[in-house]
Amino acid sequence: MRRSLLAIALSLVFTRAAIPAGTQSFDLVERGRYLSVLGDCGGCHTRPGGQPFAGGLTLNTPFGKLVTPNITPDQDTGIGHWSTEEFVSALREGRGHNGTRLYPAMPYPTYTRMTEDDVLALRSYFLTVAPVHNQVVSNQLPFPFNVRLSMLFWNAVNFTSGRFQPDEQKSAVWNRGAYIVQGPGHCVTCHTPKNFLGGDKADADLMGATLQGWFAPNLSADERIGIGRWSKDDLVQYLKTGANSWTLASGPMAEAVSHSTSQMTDSDLAAIATYLKERSGSTAANSTAVVEQDTMRAGGAIYKDNCAACHRDNGMGDSGLFPRLAGSPLVQSADPTTLVRVVLEGSRAVSTPGAPTAPAMPAFDWRLNDDQVAAVISYIRNAWGNSAPSLNTAAIKSARSSLAASP
Amino acid sequence: MRPEQDTLTFRNSMSQTALPIRHFASFLPGNGVGGAGVHWNGQTWRFLPTDFQLRTHLEQRYGKDMLPTDMTIQDWPLNYDELEPYYDRFEKLCGTSGKAGNLRGQQQPGGNPFEGWRSSEYPTPPLKQTYGPTLFAEAARKIGHSPFPQPASNLSQSYINPLGLKIGQCTYCGFCERFGCGNYSKSSPQVCVLPALMRLPNFTAQTESEVTRINLDSSGKRATGVTYIDTSGEEWEQPAQVVLVCAFALFNVRMLLLSGIGKAYDAQSGQGVVGRNYAYQTTSGVGVILKDKILNPFIATGAHGMMIDDYNGDNFDHGGLGFVGGGYMGAGQTNARPIQTRPVPSGTPKWGTRWKKATAETYQRAFSLSTHGSSYSYRDCYLDLDPTYKDRLGRPLLRMTFDFHDNELKMSAFLTDRLAEIAKAMDPVEITPSPRKGPYNINIYQTTHNTGGTVMGADPATSVVNRYCQSWDVHNVFVPGGASVFPQNHGYNPTDTVGALAYWTADAIKQRYLKNPGPLI
Repeated sequence: MRRSLLAIALSLVFTRAAIPAGTQSFDLVERGRYLSVLGDCGGCHTRPGGQPFAGGLTLNTPFGKLVTPNITPDQDTGIGHWSTEEFVSALREGRGHNGTRLYPAMPYPTYTRMTEDDVLALRSYFLTVAPVHNQVVSNQLPFPFNVRLSMLFWNAVNFTSGRFQPDEQKSAVWNRGAYIVQGPGHCVTCHTPKNFLGGDKADADLMGATLQGWFAPNLSADERIGIGRWSKDDLVQYLKTGANSWTLASGPMAEAVSHSTSQMTDSDLAAIATYLKERSGSTAANSTAVVEQDTMRAGGAIYKDNCAACHRDNGMGDSGLFPRLAGSPLVQSADPTTLVRVVLEGSRAVSTPGAPTAPAMPAFDWRLNDDQVAAVISYIRNAWGNSAPSLNTAAIKSARSSLAASP
Repeated sequence: MRPEQDTLTFRNSMSQTALPIRHFASFLPGNGVGGAGVHWNGQTWRFLPTDFQLRTHLEQRYGKDMLPTDMTIQDWPLNYDELEPYYDRFEKLCGTSGKAGNLRGQQQPGGNPFEGWRSSEYPTPPLKQTYGPTLFAEAARKIGHSPFPQPASNLSQSYINPLGLKIGQCTYCGFCERFGCGNYSKSSPQVCVLPALMRLPNFTAQTESEVTRINLDSSGKRATGVTYIDTSGEEWEQPAQVVLVCAFALFNVRMLLLSGIGKAYDAQSGQGVVGRNYAYQTTSGVGVILKDKILNPFIATGAHGMMIDDYNGDNFDHGGLGFVGGGYMGAGQTNARPIQTRPVPSGTPKWGTRWKKATAETYQRAFSLSTHGSSYSYRDCYLDLDPTYKDRLGRPLLRMTFDFHDNELKMSAFLTDRLAEIAKAMDPVEITPSPRKGPYNINIYQTTHNTGGTVMGADPATSVVNRYCQSWDVHNVFVPGGASVFPQNHGYNPTDTVGALAYWTADAIKQRYLKNPGPLI
């Protein structure tokens, strides 16, 4: 009896010979699962309310619509028929089944930094998720972007294949943080400004970028508009719970916190914080913004009536409930997209096990006109020692219409 | 508040014909997610230890003849010591702001000297007092009372509750009562419970739905679930192992009556229990206009204020007074919303230039003191199904039969006199005492403290649920702490006791009932 069971087991192994030996070990699969958290695979490949990794989420890129594919091991509609080599190539080179060229909405430009072992662990994990039959038509881009061959040109300009190279001068913790940020964590995908082709701008690593109607903040060490005044603990707490004494995660970062960073290990969060804080020295806050006194007076009065009950007269907010505005890098950022959006539309913070409240800010678009929004935003960008260029009425008007066009 | 869903009929006495209420006024029950917890004021009081043995205590101290023959007050089936840990838990959930007066039997300066023992200090310190309550406290102290800050679930500082939920610091906007809190500083379910529940994978809130009845199996001794309708009127059945009736006191009673759970109360015979011992709250006030003071009364919260408890429950000798019961009294400042708040001296015309002038001169100098008195239960104060009027689904409306009795009116006169004495010590220009007068007027706001109807007790002949808020008749139906389980109402706001009983019941269900489903007694 035992022998025949063994025979069946062996025959099963041999019929799945395409899979490298040992792929079913718990440790390997679990490591792959954790890498899927680091890589936030579910953030794009799981539709809200949908089956895990069955795809179907529409991404609105500057070039048109892409729908995320099904990456479950379903033979017909997923990646069940992909070889391990094809899986590795998709992550590393942006080339999928039969060499199909992927669009860089799939962050292969950063996944290419991942180690061989990590990619294979991820492969092992994805073989174990439940196959879901869900046909997705990914490429819904307009001409000429729908021609996948165009990625040949894009890659030549914007893509460099290659593994992460540790910096021997730095600590293991620093290098682990750098690996996550540059590799699986694909932080640059949102936080690094893009050129006209959507490729990362050189020399602007993690300096903040606008996408999907939100500004992904500047993660440089600048004390005014970067994370220069945040401590490592502030960063860890933010990534772990979505809330710290400075701010609360909302918008696309709420999804990243929910699906990815809140599930990372404490040691990985500490490593990310170490890398982000130490990758460059902090630079002193400087700005020469000048705002007219009338604007400050009007904005201050509007602030008192509409904002101060939660954010307080001193702009300090309340940790875990109401973001601090005084000294806030997001408030002072050169690109005010998020600030204008949140004032007009309101927002809700993420709920995590560590900070479950998920407080909301109401919309003010029905209550404040464009002049008033411009004045109050100019005020909070320049009150309490803040300094940033003021906004004019036209900027608010334009933000209103773009929000109405793609909410 | 949706009268088309929740209206009831009302009459003052059994000889009258009850008519439907078109607008809620005297009380404002909640309807929707969070219920009345959305628009409560946050006044978070414990009952006195003697309140829990009310009949026994009063009969022992004053003799059986002291109580009117038609007064149907009864002892609670649990005592203060048993409930204390659950009071403590609920206050920690809310982050209640206050000052203990009795920590494990040790008197604490600055707190309520009459309160039952507390196992711990309030989770957050008292709210800062505004000027009116400060002046009241000075006057009360001057004539020998011990004023203390009212316990408030509008928080003095931000707080993280045991569920990990953050509650903010109150901004004194003065829009607690009748409104949801806009900045997370009042302890409503939306702030201090629901965000944690919503994270649970096995939790679903079926909103925009109304339960029409609790379904029973053929034996009538076990509930199989509930039937509910959605906004399109479509009917659904939700099977259940345990049904918790948490629909607000009045609606709890109607739900049991419509579902045939427990024997309906018959006031003529005094038999039956469901609907019996409906009680309310006996409130009164003293209007005060001061000289050249600027009170800024719009700086307000639902529950700050300075109170005295000298005339509550049996904290004072009722010998020779001709009544039992009492209440706390003092100065709060729940609001001075400008359209609604137009105090003027007596003799001012009701309109025109002189009224406007008097309004402008008085707004800053006037405020109200209030008493919050008990409402004991009587044989002829009850809830049943109306014989005539039906709701949009064809179900009989709930009928309320209620009036103040002499005992409560005498108590209110006595309390209001005591309060007026303190008001006089404030050197006022004018005071206007308004003791509660009968008949009960359902068209004037008083409080939303409707109690009784599914009362808890030790004897199935005089109670609907046992000491674990479990139905005597259908063991998997619980009424976990709605004020409908109060055998009578005491001289305090009910919410702290409602919350404590909810925890008490939940513990009994979790630790005992689920392991061995059946009657717990």
